[in-house]
Amino acid sequence: MNDILIIGSGVIGLSTARALSQYKASIRVIDAAYDVSEGCSKANSAIVHAGYDAEPGTLKARLNVRGSQMYPELCRELGVPYRKNGALIIAFSEDDRGTIEKLYQQGITNGVKELRIIEREEILQLEPQTNPEVVCALLVPTSAITSPYEVCYAMADHAAVNGVTFGFGECVESMSYEDGVWHVKTSAGEETARVVINCAGADSAKFHNQMSGKEEAKIVNRRGQYYILDHPDVLPFDHTMFQCPTKMGKGILVAPTVHGNVLLGPTAEDVDDPKDVSTTAEGLAQVVKACKLTWPNVSVRTAVTNFSGMRAHEVRGDFMVGKVCEHGYEAAGMESPGLSAAPAVGEMLEEIIAREEHLEKKECWLPAPERPKPFNEMTDDERVEAIRKDPLYGKIICRCEVVTEAEIRAAIRRPVGAKSVDGVKRRTRAGMGRCQGGFCSPRVVEILAEELHLPMTSICKGGPGSELLVGTIQESMGKEAAGV
Amino acid sequence: MIQKDLVIVGGGPAGLAAAISAWEDGIRNMIVLEREAQPGGILRQCIHNGFGLHRFGEELTGPEYAQRDIAKARELGIPIACDTTVLSVTEDKHVTCVSTTEGLQVIEAKAVILAMGCRERPRGALGTPGTRCAGIYTAGTAQKFVNLEGFMPGKRVVILGSGDIGLIMARRMTLQGAKVLACVELMPFSSGLNRNIVQCLHDYDIPLYLSHTVTGIEGRDRLTGVTVSEVGPDRRPIPGTEMHFDCDTLLLSVGLIPENELSRGAHVELSPVTSGAVVTDQLETSVPGIYACGNVLHVHDLVDFVSEESFKAGHAAAEMIQHGRETSDTIRVVDGEGVRGTVPQIIRKGTKEEIRLMFRPAAVYKNASVVVSCGDKEIARKRAMIFTPGEMAVIPVTPDKLEGVDGEITVKMEVRK
Repeated sequence: MNDILIIGSGVIGLSTARALSQYKASIRVIDAAYDVSEGCSKANSAIVHAGYDAEPGTLKARLNVRGSQMYPELCRELGVPYRKNGALIIAFSEDDRGTIEKLYQQGITNGVKELRIIEREEILQLEPQTNPEVVCALLVPTSAITSPYEVCYAMADHAAVNGVTFGFGECVESMSYEDGVWHVKTSAGEETARVVINCAGADSAKFHNQMSGKEEAKIVNRRGQYYILDHPDVLPFDHTMFQCPTKMGKGILVAPTVHGNVLLGPTAEDVDDPKDVSTTAEGLAQVVKACKLTWPNVSVRTAVTNFSGMRAHEVRGDFMVGKVCEHGYEAAGMESPGLSAAPAVGEMLEEIIAREEHLEKKECWLPAPERPKPFNEMTDDERVEAIRKDPLYGKIICRCEVVTEAEIRAAIRRPVGAKSVDGVKRRTRAGMGRCQGGFCSPRVVEILAEELHLPMTSICKGGPGSELLVGTIQESMGKEAAGV
Repeated sequence: MIQKDLVIVGGGPAGLAAAISAWEDGIRNMIVLEREAQPGGILRQCIHNGFGLHRFGEELTGPEYAQRDIAKARELGIPIACDTTVLSVTEDKHVTCVSTTEGLQVIEAKAVILAMGCRERPRGALGTPGTRCAGIYTAGTAQKFVNLEGFMPGKRVVILGSGDIGLIMARRMTLQGAKVLACVELMPFSSGLNRNIVQCLHDYDIPLYLSHTVTGIEGRDRLTGVTVSEVGPDRRPIPGTEMHFDCDTLLLSVGLIPENELSRGAHVELSPVTSGAVVTDQLETSVPGIYACGNVLHVHDLVDFVSEESFKAGHAAAEMIQHGRETSDTIRVVDGEGVRGTVPQIIRKGTKEEIRLMFRPAAVYKNASVVVSCGDKEIARKRAMIFTPGEMAVIPVTPDKLEGVDGEITVKMEVRK
């Protein structure tokens, strides 16, 4: 039995696990998926929002602003990319100016620093690619970008070196509390714990209702489709470019990524199935059309891929963070700005749970395991040194993103290491480039098979069922032919 | 810094031919840099035959064709550094490369030949909507799995695009026991060689759907099916024409893109039409002393022509290293009606050699002629029963016809009425 069981290994569950790993308690994180960060956390706009767009007085506003302040230090500690590139929310009419002014006031009330309303001339000076029909904009210098799944991987590794264990492929089927013990039935068996924390994203409303005994929470799955463009020589925009928000969300944006790509999207469509992260012709066309307003020269000719992400929108609109029943806690309804708020959510749950459950801090909390600088970002001198220490830094596997064999093997050997081609891709960027793994995926499959001591045919793109190879060519010919 | 007369980036058929011809012209202080463990490039996985008819008068497999050049290079003693990836080439011809054995090296070269080949267009570049499940491969990746690794990527296959690698893989997968359900081509004509359509599709009763495309991809973990729709003249899907195929594999053969990231870093001028460098009849790029040949310059149909072009590049680089660069006035070659991506784009005035202009027809032309002209003056003409985008057209121009030509010449298609 564990002291604490966290359901969900997205950015919220991991932030909570990491924060609680400072205490003397056995902690286990379970997830229905086969890796961390496989739900809402892996596919979103990757923005650390400053906190101007949440309604003052809400948990969303408070945790967003606090989380945003925690990010620079957190990313330094974890060794994850973070860049304070600033944001512009642009308006195209005098009507929209009202929205900009409202956002400005909201930001001031929420405690967001350095906000300023700027006019057309200054906008075009800052971002010359902007549609010249722009009228005014809210300039948000404290808005930033990060790499959401890398935040997750780093937090998972940090939690793991401090004793947190992980159970993947464990889909929660039911839970009950008897004689001071939570019994959580999963697709893989039963987990028991003294304390349960619901950080289940799309399923968080269901567990909230079970734990609270009230049918009050409801999640709407809001899908967002994106395009990602190859890294250009010069980024079209340095700031994250928002349009005025709508009731469905923050609208469609054009943003640079920390890896130098350009992100276009998202749409906002309510769908029934939280796992339906497919893209549609209509959705993708809508992304391009909407981006044209911000960026008249937009073109998806250099698109490397398109994808969908899911946001778990709770119909009442605010985050639900805190105690839900005896020895039951939650961070539910975590839609945008969930990524931005995640460190603050972890901090808040840590404080509540440590107090309520009388947790005692450990004498020694290990720092996050080092995340070496990517070869692609090293100077020549650093590369010479890296290859001297580990010659496999001299073997480039992914030519598009310049990822070495040393880095791929290291990603598999991390405390919460990659087990699949997608896991390697998101941890190292191998396969993220313009050829989309065309050249490197056969080699990545081989390396995974070697490192995990599995046959090539067992290696998956993502979870089980997504095996890349169906058999050897001898098998495919049938016994008779193979015997000849 | 290491000093070399000549650095060749890529040890595939282009790089090997360039190396051999430069060596035979007397260049010794040279090196071929190859990222894979063996030279030979993509030919190593092309185990079907049909290579070398023009050059050797024989039908060789890809590995056999490559082996002839590898053996020749070895016999001559040409140094080939394998498992060595070039990270950058600069305008002043500093080549930075890495390997596990030599670490990071910077080579200063008098001449550089770019011979990096091309890559396949992936699904992301098409913007095909749907899920992102396992089972979607470019034809070349599937070819590598089957031919080099000995693994089957799937059992029931739909092929999108009728490029040559896709056609070859239709046959390969069929011979290996898979069921190829369809080959789907967006255009009203195939972009592959006619002989491949006959030998790889017709011979195995694999239907070819022209003016069709994949409009839906289904399957959460592994592909379970695709939707195929007919497209109109605007290449947009026609509602109501959807067909569904249950399949576990979708192979993409939807175009090859010259891999010019290193060229871009060296500030080599690229053509938006070919996606390769803009070159002279000597295969020299806009950066003096940097040459380009093979599929990195423009995508060829036949390796024989890659070799031919690359021999020329090696020869030109050797000439430059030994005798310096000659600057001369130039004639610009311009694409006219029905012509796309003529290479070379620049001809040096006063050249003594025959120029072979290569391009892709923009559409299918029957009973047509290619005409090269300067204003009213006709410089060359070539007739054929059929020109198609799937087969590179070649028109030779003799140097004497270029005497007195100034400014630019135009290459265009002329259909006989």
